[in-house]
Amino acid sequence: MNILVCISQVPDTTTRVKFTGNNTKLDTTGIQWVINPWDELSLTRSLELKEDASAGVDRVSVAHVGPASSEPTIRKALAIGADDAYRVNTEASGAFPVAVQLAKVVREENFDVILCGIESSDYNGSSVGGMLAELLDYPSVSGISGLNVENGEPELIREIDGGKEVLSLPVPFVGIVQKGIAKEPRIAAMRGIMQARTKPIRVIDPDEVEPLAEYLDFEPPQPRPACIFIDPDHPEKLIGLLQNEAKVI
Amino acid sequence: MSVIVYTENWDGKFKKLSFELASYATKLAEMLGSEAVALSLGPVGEEELRKLGKYGISRILSMENNSLEPFDPRLYTGAIASAAGRESAGVIIMANNNTGKALAPRLAVRLKAAICPGAIRLPESTAPFVVSKRVFSGNAIARTELKTGVKIITLTQNSFDLVERPVEPRIETIDAGLDGGTSPLRIKEVQKQSGNLLLTDAEIVVSGGRGMKSSENWGPIEELAELLGGATACSRPVSDEGWRPHEEHTGQTGKIIAPNLYFAIGISGATQHLAGISSSKYIVAINNDKDAPVFEAAQYGIVGDASKVLPKLVKALRKAKSE
Ligand SMILES: Cc1cc2nc3c(=O)[nH]c(=O)nc-3n(C[C@H](O)[C@H](O)[C@H](O)COP(=O)(O)OP(=O)(O)OC[C@H]3O[C@@H](n4cnc5c(N)ncnc54)[C@H](O)[C@@H]3O)c2cc1C
Ligand SMILES: Nc1ncnc2c1ncn2[C@@H]1O[C@H](COP(=O)(O)O)[C@@H](O)[C@H]1O
Repeated sequence: MNILVCISQVPDTTTRVKFTGNNTKLDTTGIQWVINPWDELSLTRSLELKEDASAGVDRVSVAHVGPASSEPTIRKALAIGADDAYRVNTEASGAFPVAVQLAKVVREENFDVILCGIESSDYNGSSVGGMLAELLDYPSVSGISGLNVENGEPELIREIDGGKEVLSLPVPFVGIVQKGIAKEPRIAAMRGIMQARTKPIRVIDPDEVEPLAEYLDFEPPQPRPACIFIDPDHPEKLIGLLQNEAKVI
Repeated sequence: MSVIVYTENWDGKFKKLSFELASYATKLAEMLGSEAVALSLGPVGEEELRKLGKYGISRILSMENNSLEPFDPRLYTGAIASAAGRESAGVIIMANNNTGKALAPRLAVRLKAAICPGAIRLPESTAPFVVSKRVFSGNAIARTELKTGVKIITLTQNSFDLVERPVEPRIETIDAGLDGGTSPLRIKEVQKQSGNLLLTDAEIVVSGGRGMKSSENWGPIEELAELLGGATACSRPVSDEGWRPHEEHTGQTGKIIAPNLYFAIGISGATQHLAGISSSKYIVAINNDKDAPVFEAAQYGIVGDASKVLPKLVKALRKAKSE
């Protein structure tokens, strides 16, 4: 079985976001790019499965849509342990174009399980995984918090309202991953970093595609008013404020 | 060019979010000079369906079909797309929750539609069609132009108030248009969560962090949640430690919620935590460190030791409720 993990790169989660060009573009100066947290967890889980002989996972690949400048992020994924990588050589300009490029990668290769994250932590699109599945006409399962493979047969845990489901389905499919699939993201060790240098990254030419939506500009959210402090010995004052001022209880 | 709203029911009952979506769709239909039509999948009684009329929905399309179990996004997409085609839908509205996130992107590809995922308000204009959403985990808002004929909006929960516009809706039972398709998904087991109110549906959430020190100290948090009719939640380290189930973890990598009131107790207020809760209408922080960043996000704060403050707060709340 071959697993493909689609990875997006996002600003490190502690970044203070700023915009340029009249608030039309993200100011990328000084931004530290990281693998989107969910994708890191998907990769971690895929590698755990590959190491488990009874799972029957032969290969774990990563795919990324982005220009050459995003190669350090791909090398990081290889250093963590992915076997090889695909990069579609174009600026990621929205969910639909990215999904079209990823579909191209999948059509050219042979993958059984394709994993995407529930969202990229920058634009919070929550779209690429579902779009990719639809473009390929594969089934998709969202809200995955667990993935097991036994002799090439996958079993998923899906979060649903008020609980979870354990389910199975034949490959190929797209799994859209949320929290829980792996506990901690795996960190690259020195040996992995050395090996990553020689692992193959296949660069693929993009398909022509028009974005369907466009960000016009950005506004930082309004600052919240300063906190009102309440005497810890008089919590009834807090209750009064919640009842009469905020009117939420 | 009607506005279609995809409603969600739970065991045949609509959740509040479906009424939010209905209110939003009614307003949007007004802006477009068109009609808001609700789509309901699965068995929902007529009386329940009529409740949508209260929020201005004049027509309801009801689909019941055995193949709609289990939830298979590919099949559901087919069902919604056939209804959208039948109604020549201009805009489709869904919730920005697990269900909406599973369906909207597939539907977008099927209908060649652009999506605004996680919209927070009505479009500011409909030609061009521009609608706002949160980006960077709530750190900014993006104005997004949708450039396609058909558009899809998934609405952030709790971001749009209910608007009552009572009408008598007409209910039509329609075919799910599945063309005999069946799902390859096999559900082997369903694990129901214990009685706790659904975190994503709760209007009040009481959440504890590492400052609570151990799982044994959760009594007052549960008590407070129960008294307020709310749900309990926690920060990530708390669920990592196993003090609380991981379904309760809020934040960037956990659940993203927007209740009316969020209590952050013994939570420092790391950006990744705030990313999941900063859309709450009111935040109350209780922390013994007056410089904790959580106070920058909170409207109300108590600086003190949670183990001392909480029992007093619970007592004061009991008293207020009995008055
Ligand atoms: C990629 C990434 C994603 C992440 N995602 C999430 C996420 O989704 N959700 C999340 O929560 N975290 C997330 N984190 C972790 C996050 O950075 C913080 O480490 C975490 O939120 C801290 O949890 P905490 O506030 O409970 O603990 P701490 O930071 O340890 O804070 C404990 C607080 O309790 C206070 N305190 C101590 N004793 C008492 C007392 N007796 N009474 C009152 N207050 C007391 C302290 O002053 C302190 O402010 C993520 C981190 C990364 C790198
Ligand atoms: N540029 C990209 N290259 C590869 N995968 C991506 C890219 N952008 C998004 N994805 C995948 O889609 C998921 C959801 O992203 P989004 O729809 O952008 O919120 C991510 O977690 C990735 O798995």
